[in-house]
Amino acid sequence: MPEISRDEVARLADLARIDLDDAELDHLAPQLDVILESVASIQGVAGDDVPPTSHPIPLTNVFRDDVVRPGLTPEQALAGAPEVEEQRFSVPRILGDEQ
Amino acid sequence: MTETLVPFEQVLESYDPAMGLEVHVELSTATKMFCGCPTEFGAEPNTQVCPTCLGLPGAMPVVNGKAVEAAIRIGLALNCEIAEWCRFARKNYFYPDMPKNFQTSQYDEPIAFEGYLDVEVDGETYRVEIERAHMEEDTGKATHVGGSTGRIHGATHSLIDYNRAGIPLIEIVTKPILGTGAKAPEVAKAYVATLRELVKGLGVSDVRMDQGSMRCDVNLSLAPKGSGALGTRTETKNVNSLRSVERAVRHEMSRHAGILSAGGSILQETRHFHENTGTTSSGRPKSDAEDYRYFPEPDLVPVAPSREWVEELRGTLPEPPSVRRTRLQAEWGFSDLEMRDTVGAGALELVEETIAAGAAPQAARKWWLSELARRANDTGVDIADLGVTPQQVAEVQALVDARTINDKLARQVFEGLYAGEGTPAEIVEKRGLAVVSDEGALSAAVDQAIEANPDIAEKIRGGKVQAAGALIGQIMKEMRGQADAGRVRELILEKLS
Amino acid sequence: MITRSAAELADALAAGETTSVELTRAHLDRIGAVDGTAEEGVHAFLHVDAEGALATAAESDARRAAGEPLHRLDGVPIAVKDVLTTQGMPTTCASRILEGWVPPYDATVVARIRAAGLPILGKTNMDEFAMGSSTEHSAYGPTRNPWSLDRIPGGSGGGSAAAVAAFEAPLAVGTDTGGSIRQPGAVTGTVGVKPTYGSVSRYGLVAMANSLDQAGPVTRTVLDAALLHELIGGHDPLDSTSVDAPATGFVAAAEQGATGDLAGLKVGVITELAGEGWQPGVMSRFQESVDLLAKLGAEVVEVSCPSFVHAMAAYYLVMPAEASSNLAKFDAMRYGLRVVPEGTPSAEEVMKATRDAGFGDEVKRRIIIGTYALSSGYYDAYYGQAQKVRTLISRDFAAAYDQVDVLVSPTSPSTAFPLGEKLDDPLAMYLQDLATIPANLAGVPGISVPAGLAADDGLPVGFQILAPALADDRLYRVGAALEGALTAQWGGPLLGLDKLDARIEGGK
Repeated sequence: MPEISRDEVARLADLARIDLDDAELDHLAPQLDVILESVASIQGVAGDDVPPTSHPIPLTNVFRDDVVRPGLTPEQALAGAPEVEEQRFSVPRILGDEQ
Repeated sequence: MTETLVPFEQVLESYDPAMGLEVHVELSTATKMFCGCPTEFGAEPNTQVCPTCLGLPGAMPVVNGKAVEAAIRIGLALNCEIAEWCRFARKNYFYPDMPKNFQTSQYDEPIAFEGYLDVEVDGETYRVEIERAHMEEDTGKATHVGGSTGRIHGATHSLIDYNRAGIPLIEIVTKPILGTGAKAPEVAKAYVATLRELVKGLGVSDVRMDQGSMRCDVNLSLAPKGSGALGTRTETKNVNSLRSVERAVRHEMSRHAGILSAGGSILQETRHFHENTGTTSSGRPKSDAEDYRYFPEPDLVPVAPSREWVEELRGTLPEPPSVRRTRLQAEWGFSDLEMRDTVGAGALELVEETIAAGAAPQAARKWWLSELARRANDTGVDIADLGVTPQQVAEVQALVDARTINDKLARQVFEGLYAGEGTPAEIVEKRGLAVVSDEGALSAAVDQAIEANPDIAEKIRGGKVQAAGALIGQIMKEMRGQADAGRVRELILEKLS
Repeated sequence: MITRSAAELADALAAGETTSVELTRAHLDRIGAVDGTAEEGVHAFLHVDAEGALATAAESDARRAAGEPLHRLDGVPIAVKDVLTTQGMPTTCASRILEGWVPPYDATVVARIRAAGLPILGKTNMDEFAMGSSTEHSAYGPTRNPWSLDRIPGGSGGGSAAAVAAFEAPLAVGTDTGGSIRQPGAVTGTVGVKPTYGSVSRYGLVAMANSLDQAGPVTRTVLDAALLHELIGGHDPLDSTSVDAPATGFVAAAEQGATGDLAGLKVGVITELAGEGWQPGVMSRFQESVDLLAKLGAEVVEVSCPSFVHAMAAYYLVMPAEASSNLAKFDAMRYGLRVVPEGTPSAEEVMKATRDAGFGDEVKRRIIIGTYALSSGYYDAYYGQAQKVRTLISRDFAAAYDQVDVLVSPTSPSTAFPLGEKLDDPLAMYLQDLATIPANLAGVPGISVPAGLAADDGLPVGFQILAPALADDRLYRVGAALEGALTAQWGGPLLGLDKLDARIEGGK
């Protein structure tokens, strides 16, 4: 019983905005299945009483003052942009065909 | 698809409404939530950005302490519990106005939770329960190009300005608001108005719905009357004024009822409110209940406000709205009804500022609740968005007090204000509205009227003082209203005594 | 000149024996001679900045002439892993999706290096977005192990380690998320350090796994690593996870360790990091080094860390989860590659096509695993569980450090394997990080020190030392002591020009 099906991989790729073609799906799905099977061993290892670690160091309350700090010029900000118009980042139409 | 709308009154016969209001407040801190970029409104595009708010590879966030302080104060003002320990979380989804394609927000650990806000509608108090208030960051702003109306539909491409990306937002979410019945629309409006008043009093935001520093999403569902259940809800966005809040609730109630009573079911979706028609339309379909894959933000450490700090902040809270209103009512000498009407019209602050600018309380109330409220209603905007300032209203009243103009002429001055013709004094000048104060001219006009109306003059001589009214009317008409009616009456009686 | 350590070069500069320009030129020449191309040669560098490096070198010389050097290492050339942002110099993370991207800002680590006057020779190769253990996942071609060009140099920081091993640079900065500094160090016979989490700024370090990543030194000697660590470490207000602890005492600890006296030190050998699957040649070199430590006065015991057997699973859930979110920003909208499919595609279609074209297979695998681990319905069982296992691993470390001062293990289960051998077997590749991963999960520091050549294949073996959080100085003390003793045994440093692959100029 595979941990993850080809369809599931396709769905996840969609969620992650990666356009995988059939060949890639055929190639990746079994590899992912093997990996997930091995990490599935994690289940049941830690009891309910074990708290999760999201940060390895016990820091809290790191704040900065509400003071302006120099940033980037628009030229710097837009320097790597694939397309620029009116000093803004030009992006393709946001709505898809079905919308 | 034509929709049937059940008339509002009928809706309540069969259904109980449940509402949920989500309000986003944009903080007026000097810098953004996670970086030191300025937050000023109206700057040239992409001039207030840095690696962090632009989401450049390698950049990292650092929390603005002032924003945390504001969040705690808002929470305290809403009678919330303040978390002893909480974290930021990533809300993952893709959209071009999102520099990182995740929003740094808070998920199951909001900084404030379990509070309430009492709102008054027609003398009755409703306790709106607050589920949570949490910190998050705003997105960039997209301008859509190529479509017919500048809207997203039909656009060929969009232009993104990230100046707004990263500005601190506090999201305040109510628990389901139940038991409001027919008052649902007003309760929703009163909640947003009261919340606005409260946040404004804290000095942490401009809370201008017309500028986007306060945004409201309205959730509504209907359940069969008395069932105690919760129906399927819809969320309505683009609700940009207090009026719209009320209208959106009203419309959605009618629309839901129309679908349900025809045997249909409500589609859980996000809808868009249209100001011009007061209706809603289906918005961007929520991409199959997007899985946001929340997890604690690993680049930030937990926020654990000490109880000492929380108490210190509690000490900085201004008086709650209800206490403030009681105090003002006493100061102004308003009756309960007068106070209620003022609050209900959304004019409390405006009246307060008008009084502060020198007008008498009753005069301030009079102008805001009659002339200006009427104008707001006619033009379909909130009274606060008319473009007339309390300062100007006080000036108008001052002109009346100085007898430079009278009440009737004042209305023309307001017309001038709506048209943006200048200050009240300038408008009086330009339009030639000043009351004639030349005694000679007045006297002559009175003499003329007396001569033209011998019978009325006889009656007055005979002691029937009320008859003077007809003469006054004629004279005022002659003088195009530019006379002090009181002085005219005096002159008539003098001459005919 | 190029075979000297950074400390020796610093001394030479101070003594006026050479200039920074001379040094920098010598290294640039070496790079030109041996680095080759994606197809052949060491290929440690993705970008070489001769002009910039020489300009910085000239400034360094001017300062020194005026008697005002900025730092002990002022003028000593250095290479930087291409995962750290460098203003004005491309930063690609070895990915096509960032091909040609020039950052408008420096990483804090880079800023500190510049502020100390070190000429930056260029950016070194790595596995794409630091995902890998062999540098074969670079979109620009692999780096080859200078000891044998048919073999991997380790990963993800194979470029930095190879550059240092091939004498193309005396110093390099790498980053370590699951062993990416230490494992390349082990298989190239160089020194690699992963500092305590939070002790070196991550601002400008293109994140793979935020709760695991750390930048650290890649060098040929322990003293050099200590010098570089002190330079780049320390609190950074731009990094919220940065610890407020000064980066000091490492050089002193290294010098102290070099005296060879480890009396009073308790050393724990991790039981779980040995046994089946560990190359015999690696294990015997490891054991010899352990025995050496005992000879130097240390008390050696065995320590069990039972939850370490779950470290791999926890790592390969936490890391892809964080990475899947971190890499979402590469969407063709603001910078980097933009692939526009035919017709008038939507933004979403452009995003999908770009990410498919711009990311390599390993990156795609990890993004998908990460997306899965975080998705609703699976979060508790996978990501949530993994975070709990981290707690167990931290507890094991804490319990161990109650008994001992440092823990030791071989750095990697095997020596450098041939290029291509594990490419089709992701799991086999992941197993290279068995020994290094626990430290990242717990945030504790670790060092890999050359322990000799494996008898079975004559390739370098690494010895790993782990210390408690913020006790990085212990790494330098023990590392220097072992290095000293081993060097004495070998009659000279392990690494030498004549030890390298014959196809490299000056090699055997």
